[in-house]
Amino acid sequence: MNKNEHSNIKEKLFKLFVYAALVLLAISIVVPVAWVFMASIKENSEFYGNPWSLPKGIYMQNFIDAFETAKMGSYMGNSVIVTAFAILLLLVVALPASYVLARYKFFGSKFFNNMFMGGLFINVNYIVVPIFLMLLDGDKFLNQNFGFAFLLNNKFILALVYASTALPFTIYLLSSFFITIPKDYEEAAYVDGSGYFRTMISIMMPMARPSIITVILFNFLAFWNEYIISLTLLTKEAKTLSVGLMQLMQAQQAAANYGQLYAGLVLVMLPTLILYILVQKRLTEGMSLGGLKG
Amino acid sequence: MNHKLKKHLYITACVAPAIILFTLFMIIPTINVFRISLYKWGGFSNTKTFVGFDNYRTLFKDINFYGSFQNSILMIVLITIPTIALALLFAGILSRYKFRGQNFFRIVFYIPNILSIVVIAAIFSAIYDPSMGILNSLIGVFKGGKAAQILWLGDQKIVIFSIVIALVWQAIGYYMVMYMASMAGVPESLYESAGLDGANEITMFFQITLPLIWTNIRTTLTFFIISTINLSFLLVKILTNGGPDGATEVFLSYMYKQAYTNSSYGYGMAIGVVVFVFSFALAAIVNLVTKREPLEF
Repeated sequence: MNKNEHSNIKEKLFKLFVYAALVLLAISIVVPVAWVFMASIKENSEFYGNPWSLPKGIYMQNFIDAFETAKMGSYMGNSVIVTAFAILLLLVVALPASYVLARYKFFGSKFFNNMFMGGLFINVNYIVVPIFLMLLDGDKFLNQNFGFAFLLNNKFILALVYASTALPFTIYLLSSFFITIPKDYEEAAYVDGSGYFRTMISIMMPMARPSIITVILFNFLAFWNEYIISLTLLTKEAKTLSVGLMQLMQAQQAAANYGQLYAGLVLVMLPTLILYILVQKRLTEGMSLGGLKG
Repeated sequence: MNHKLKKHLYITACVAPAIILFTLFMIIPTINVFRISLYKWGGFSNTKTFVGFDNYRTLFKDINFYGSFQNSILMIVLITIPTIALALLFAGILSRYKFRGQNFFRIVFYIPNILSIVVIAAIFSAIYDPSMGILNSLIGVFKGGKAAQILWLGDQKIVIFSIVIALVWQAIGYYMVMYMASMAGVPESLYESAGLDGANEITMFFQITLPLIWTNIRTTLTFFIISTINLSFLLVKILTNGGPDGATEVFLSYMYKQAYTNSSYGYGMAIGVVVFVFSFALAAIVNLVTKREPLEF
């Protein structure tokens, strides 16, 4: 056997090994996710046998239980409200800011650009306690002076916190887009007598549409999946879906109610999975543009 | 209204809301982390007394903190190496070869990244369940006899590896897609001429691909360390809550526990400050160690 042939075999073995590793990882992802879907339509008694047995029928009661008894339905409503409001707020605040920060030189513009860049390094896990204490103090102050408080246990405040903590990443992503557009567009608009606001809204925003969609996608996933801020700031009945799922996991340890748990799991996963299937190309492409997550 | 004033008003109106929100919910809380760490600040009664660096002194004598420190370091090492290595390998294969199902792998590997960490925790508790879990029943099939009852999350010696596997599982796809994007920028002509010189694919991977995307690997490595500290907390909090007996307690889960369960916000925040400083120091060291002359292509 000559040397060339030898290295050829080595390369083939290597390829085989890598291919096996690829398949193994793919299986380790697809199988558990599919298993959860399968488990969500099983009756509770079916869980005590072989975990690989196929469901005997489609037991939709799990979903009804999860929706009503475990209140996942109302949690889902909360999640929809919080996510939608947070994204809306984020766009309203971040779009003009990133446009102006990328486009205009003004007193402090460099400082503010750096400030938002620095914000990329602040992780919410560190500041969730001070945010909670700040809102707690705020509530105390409001209660003493006005007899009512609304900061903690408020979905809109939660959305406000979500939007604020997403600002650095969003501004970074949008600014890096606005910087690439030639100035001619605005100059032409100004010559035609269009004001600053009108130019921004009717000329620049439509051009930024692909970036805006990327921002919406990433932040939808972030807000929908988030749990630590939500767990800390919503301490009463109204919860978001991921915190509800956590609660369901804990309840399941005490009273084995597997079907309900997996139905809840499907409710949390499904929207993100559907979204992913619809836009997976844009998401993975947007990532190389957006850089890194926290 | 004159032109200049109009422009100033416009700029202010656009930038001010973002600056106000950012200051209120990010800058002030960050400053507060440092400030609170200097107080003995307990529970809902809100009694605060300034104690200077007392919390830090207690911290450096706290055996449990050292335990969580050890666990975190172990996890960072055990998660980073396989994740980055596998992500690079897979990205190298998927961007160099054309074969059936290529797109399928890219799509599937990214799935864990779109799932909530709560969902990942729930999936892994189904996998690791001792009596009805996927993993034990699978081992039972291979062993032929009765399913082995391995306590993946209950055995102090095993549990940290169970967490590590879950975190590697969720991270590979993200980094793979990232590396694929930067590998796409490596010109094909380099591989062609190397092929003419008789280099095989393995040599090309180490001699061409890796050096050319080294800057990207460095950046991801730095960020990965910081992100592992955060994600390990989010997963551990749900899956084991630091247990059994502190075997999976990590930096931030210990911080959260001290702040909430123990109601000592001051002490919790002192932990936060130390971890924050440590994570940046570690990132800076990694950044320095991996420094190389950037290659142009």
